[in-house]
Amino acid sequence: MIRNYDKLIFELSKEGRTGYSLPKNELKENYCICQLPDNLKRGVAPELPEVTEFDVVRHYTNLSNKNFGVDTGFYPLGSCTMKYNPRLNEEIASLPTFAKLHPETPASLSQGALEVYYNLAASLSEISGLSAFTLNPYAGAHGELTGLMIMRAYHEQRGDTKRTKVIVPDSAHGTNPASAAVCGLQIVEVKSTANGTVDVEDLKPLLDDTIAGIMMTNPNTLGIFETEIPEIARLVHECGGLLYYDGANLNAVLGKCRPGDMGFDIMHINLHKTFSTPHGGGGPGDGPVGVRAGLEHLLPNPQVKRNSAGHYYIDTDETSAGYVSNFLGNFGVLLRAYTYILTLGKENVKMVGPLAVLNANYVKESLKNEYYLPIEGICKHEFVFDGLADKSTGVTTLDIAKRLLDYGYHAPTIYFPLLFHQSIMIEPTETESKETLDEFIAVMKLVAKEAVENPDVVKNAPHSTPVRRLDETTAARFPKTTYRQLKE
Amino acid sequence: MKYFPHTQQDIEQMLAVAGVGSLDELYGEIPQQLLFNREFALPEAMSEVEIRRFFEELGNKNSQLVCFAGAGVEDHYSPSVIAPLISRGEFLTAYTPYQPEISQGTLQYIFEYQSMICELTGMDVTNASMYDGTTATAEAMMMCVAIAKKRNKVLISQTMDPKVRRVVETYAGYQGVVVETIPERDGITNLDVLAEKLAGGDVAGVILAQPNFYGIVEDYSGVAELCHANKAMFVMNAKPSALAVLKTPAEWGADIACGDAQTLGIPMCYGGPYVGYLACTNANVRKLPGRIVGATTDVDGKRAFVLTLQAREQHIRREKANSNICSNQSLMALYVTIYMSVMGYKGLKEACSLSYSGAHYLAERLVATGKCTLVYDKPFFNEFAVKTSVPVTKVLDALVAEGILGGVRIADDTLLVCVTEQRTKAEMDKMVEIVKSL
Repeated sequence: MIRNYDKLIFELSKEGRTGYSLPKNELKENYCICQLPDNLKRGVAPELPEVTEFDVVRHYTNLSNKNFGVDTGFYPLGSCTMKYNPRLNEEIASLPTFAKLHPETPASLSQGALEVYYNLAASLSEISGLSAFTLNPYAGAHGELTGLMIMRAYHEQRGDTKRTKVIVPDSAHGTNPASAAVCGLQIVEVKSTANGTVDVEDLKPLLDDTIAGIMMTNPNTLGIFETEIPEIARLVHECGGLLYYDGANLNAVLGKCRPGDMGFDIMHINLHKTFSTPHGGGGPGDGPVGVRAGLEHLLPNPQVKRNSAGHYYIDTDETSAGYVSNFLGNFGVLLRAYTYILTLGKENVKMVGPLAVLNANYVKESLKNEYYLPIEGICKHEFVFDGLADKSTGVTTLDIAKRLLDYGYHAPTIYFPLLFHQSIMIEPTETESKETLDEFIAVMKLVAKEAVENPDVVKNAPHSTPVRRLDETTAARFPKTTYRQLKE
Repeated sequence: MKYFPHTQQDIEQMLAVAGVGSLDELYGEIPQQLLFNREFALPEAMSEVEIRRFFEELGNKNSQLVCFAGAGVEDHYSPSVIAPLISRGEFLTAYTPYQPEISQGTLQYIFEYQSMICELTGMDVTNASMYDGTTATAEAMMMCVAIAKKRNKVLISQTMDPKVRRVVETYAGYQGVVVETIPERDGITNLDVLAEKLAGGDVAGVILAQPNFYGIVEDYSGVAELCHANKAMFVMNAKPSALAVLKTPAEWGADIACGDAQTLGIPMCYGGPYVGYLACTNANVRKLPGRIVGATTDVDGKRAFVLTLQAREQHIRREKANSNICSNQSLMALYVTIYMSVMGYKGLKEACSLSYSGAHYLAERLVATGKCTLVYDKPFFNEFAVKTSVPVTKVLDALVAEGILGGVRIADDTLLVCVTEQRTKAEMDKMVEIVKSL
């Protein structure tokens, strides 16, 4: 590793260097691009780097050394399910028989790809207890939007046009209300009880004929299972609304209980969380959306179906909620998730939730003397501390997060959920060993001790990372978002 | 199970610390009727050996064809260094750079991506990427409406890829935004109709394609002035690979540029993952959705990169959000960043030149067979539409029989044919011979 590598690719550029090789243009003489009218051509050359292939390899290898991934170390980022991303998934996704397939290849010539899509959708239906899935949405937030479109289309096609509001718990992911807004719905917030679950008494008066539905995640963002869900489902259905399940926390109950059985009508799944596809520094993911029986026709177009002869084909339905993607989603991500499900098999899918929950409870119980646990009891896949138990040190959640970086850990999710001031949200996932968790617990205890004995070392952390705390204010006040602006 | 590290002894010790007697007890609070108690109707666990065989067999059910299909997705050269670099676990298995001190790799490549997209498009600022070109265009539509405030109509040209149009229309429909189509005339946008519609004074934005769905490079002279005189935003959905040669969205006077960057070397992979881009002028940056990376310094004065302008983001605006995008298509943004680094301006131009020459050669030869005529007499880039004297399905079937995907059928008698730098003269000659024999 080059210590303190700090070059931009542009700063390696030297006029005359090249990194590519292309065939000779044998047709140039008679079919020259110079024949394109001048008024259609660009006037100024783009300033792209001129570098060799080797420059590129070394540059991006050195950049990667400044990054932290699941492959690097423990990544207990709550609500993000940072589990191991198997390399086999990557290998399968790069098979040329899939990777080189043009999406406009006729269905009769792309049966293998369509079969992957169809069978993955069917597997997700079985795992979640819903009737049918689309795999077209590209991400969790995109799945939410798609699911809400389905909710709106359902009511509108029944002529029930008054339903323009959606209920969202005050503990929900920020994306929920944003997705609702983009779908043209107004948001009504429902309060949480002291133990963090939806307050059924607060919910009741909100339910009337203007409610399109409710968005929930179960377990919720505090890692608490909403045990009143059968009653909530009954109430919402009684008022004519639908229940949307945000699959962000599906890993907690994977194999133990199914959103469809809880009474949910529509849900999305994050394949990059629950089904082990890599997060890729922020994408690509995929956000399949499932619906209960009777809503299948509303899934976005195009839809993949199988005829009685066992042939797969692409269909469109005029009553669908619409189109949300170019083709059939992030197909390469679908291959990875399908590989993972086949690797687990029916016997191991059942173990994902229990082991994830075991890991979370083990860490929670091991640290609750040092960190303040606002909600006692068995959690599911994640839990939230409200800062240090000792409130006298002046050390904040941000400081703790930064100090963890010095010890070689990614920080947990911090300052979310908003219900507490100093939230530290920890999700270990089922792929971490007891030894890894024990080491993490020891470091968390050490940081709590440092907060008392040497608070400055925590408050000024991190100390050993490639860069230290950043000046975010200047970045926002005088934005420099390109190399060109940086040079000015 | 190789992905579960727990030994029986680990489980027992951990249950003891957690204060429960069994794994089932961890779900003790859940109403009995909600617990799933039967076997899943899924296959049993497969070994790596079996999985490889399984997918090899599935893959063989897809035909491997020489690709002349385009319509938004093209078979471009992808330099060998990209796949191994983006597969590095430090990039692949990271998440959104919430902790910038240990995410400088991600943050810096996004900064480089932003720089390169701005160079190609000529725009001032871009976000860290979008899911794909269709959703990027839908977000551009939403920007127009947010900026115009009281106008809720957008115009989109009939020469736009229908796959883009239908996603824009879907998003618009749920927001009460009216999408009107600007009709085409001889394969290009009818600018007279555009002027008439703009004169209504209620248009928030105009969305045009470059090159358009038929591969034609449209002349948009005067469009920006027309839009701006009527207080409408001008959005251009442009193919980034072609911008090494073509007049940029900025040079045409566009306020927003968007599109799919698949043509910057990303494998076709049956439709994704690709990456959408969304760029705009400085004047509109506050309405630009998604993430943006900016340069800054750390407490020691060292140059560093960080997510910035976050006040625009939905996690602060929540129910007032103009967009719900949380993340980006980061790894694919890295893909095209490495692609542009390897290719440089010269390489991009050369790929354009090869594609252009090939397409023009093939078009001429197909016409010479007597079986095809060019649908439009307009300047095109690397894609063109031909009318065929025999039904298109027959043409495509004959070509498939010889291992060629001849294009995309856009009407019963019309075929859209695309040529990239990957196609050889021999492949084109073979295609021509087959068409001639029909």
